[in-house]
Amino acid sequence: MDWGALHTILGGVNKHSTSIGKIWLTVLFIFRIMILVVAAERVWGDEQDDFVCNTLQPGCKNVCYDHFFPISHIRLWALQLIFVSTPALLVAMHVAYRRHEKKRQFRKGDQKCEYKDIEEIRKQRFHIEGSLWWTYTSSIFFRLVFEAVFMYAFYFMYDGFRMPRLMKCNAWPCPNTVDCFVSRPTEKTVFTIFMIAVSSICILLNVAELCYLLTKFFLRRSKKAANKKQHPNHENKEETKQNEMNELISDSCQNTVIGFSS
Amino acid sequence: MNWAGLYTVLSGVNRHSTSIGRIWLSVIFIFRIMVLVVAAESVWGDEKSAFTCNTQQPGCNSVCYDHFFPISHIRLWALQLILVTTPALLVAMHVAYQQHQEKKLLVLTGHADPKHMEEVKKHKMRISGSLWWTYVCSVVFRLLFEAVFMYIFYMLYPGYQMVRLVKCEAYPCPNTVDCFISRPTEKTIFTVFMLVTSSICIVLNMAELVYLVVRACARRGQHNSNPSSGKGSFYGHKLSSEYKQNEINQLLTEQDGSLKDMLRRNPVLQEKGDRCSAC
Repeated sequence: MDWGALHTILGGVNKHSTSIGKIWLTVLFIFRIMILVVAAERVWGDEQDDFVCNTLQPGCKNVCYDHFFPISHIRLWALQLIFVSTPALLVAMHVAYRRHEKKRQFRKGDQKCEYKDIEEIRKQRFHIEGSLWWTYTSSIFFRLVFEAVFMYAFYFMYDGFRMPRLMKCNAWPCPNTVDCFVSRPTEKTVFTIFMIAVSSICILLNVAELCYLLTKFFLRRSKKAANKKQHPNHENKEETKQNEMNELISDSCQNTVIGFSS
Repeated sequence: MNWAGLYTVLSGVNRHSTSIGRIWLSVIFIFRIMVLVVAAESVWGDEKSAFTCNTQQPGCNSVCYDHFFPISHIRLWALQLILVTTPALLVAMHVAYQQHQEKKLLVLTGHADPKHMEEVKKHKMRISGSLWWTYVCSVVFRLLFEAVFMYIFYMLYPGYQMVRLVKCEAYPCPNTVDCFISRPTEKTIFTVFMLVTSSICIVLNMAELVYLVVRACARRGQHNSNPSSGKGSFYGHKLSSEYKQNEINQLLTEQDGSLKDMLRRNPVLQEKGDRCSAC
């Protein structure tokens, strides 16, 4: 179970995302996960072995390293990426649930369902509306929250995003104050800034996607309200009812059921 | 055979689980196995090489490491995850057995065409009858294994916190020697993380158990209050061929319960409502 498996799991979600969501997923996998695996892990690979302190006191190096790096950048990024990509699974679960419901309707021979084949249900792409809209919006919101929390945790733990060359340590058992030198500080700073920048891009993409979804929601709502206003005299006529039914059927099977119940 | 192989094996079980069971499986794979593989293993990677004792006595380092870490966290977690995920295979085996029985029945009743056979393989089994008991046992075993491992962890590493310094006086170390552990804070963070996810999994398993019991009792209550299988009217045509055909059709469309039970019920219609699981 590694990043490849996560990619397989999330690839399925891609089909039901908006275009911005697909871009976000691509940025996540190529500019963050891939960079982490092929480059960043090598840079941080010798972080403890090459952390050198100016002392022969045994244990001083371990203690100083632990004091300055409570959790390594690499692990923080790995956790951040796992947490940020998992809200998409909420959407995947909701889609699976909807598919299951439609298969049940199909099997019961429900005439409201327009599908000819179970395969069609399996392959169909769902529109982001109704309860799925709420699930999708919640998943984006959680993504944003996790990104922000991890960026703050980074900033808080490492006092900014720069990796210093030298750290002065006086934790026991180090005698007095001891100079400790970090391995590859400049390269680490470069990668930290890169990951922060891509993280910010992902935050922007999420905000844009949220705005896009909200705009679409309000537009659809105002369109429905406008349609209702245009035909106030025909409210009780059969044709209007039939038109509504047809509109609902063409939108989705699910909405048809809602239309009938209202 | 590695974690990916386990994932392949268990994904098949996913189809016959409840929704809580599927959430539990996702939590196991994403928040435990994946975190173990991509993050935790590298934290513990240098646990022995960077374990330093304040002595030049040869052998003291190895002896002290062995004394304080009888089994590494990583290996304990790997064992825990394997033992916790394998009860699901009981369910997979039972489902395979039921599918085999259904195929045999189809052959006996002359419906052995490829379409029906495929349908048997693809449809989702309802968790009722003996499958319910197997499923409940697997959830109970999961809970048991999780609890046992959490207790073992607590016994081996009291407090779940990794200390920076341990004092060792095992032979051949001279007197008492200070030994320093590598990355104790990072290890504590990951230990707490794995502990929290383990607790979440325990809660999910308990919720699933409660859900299964409540569902079975509700189904039993429904069965009792809706005696469509009222003895009076059924005995009249219980042996008729139409009744038999209806039973078989119901079987094929709903796949309800064990096949032998259905056939056994045919001649002597017996209320199975006295068993909580019978649905």
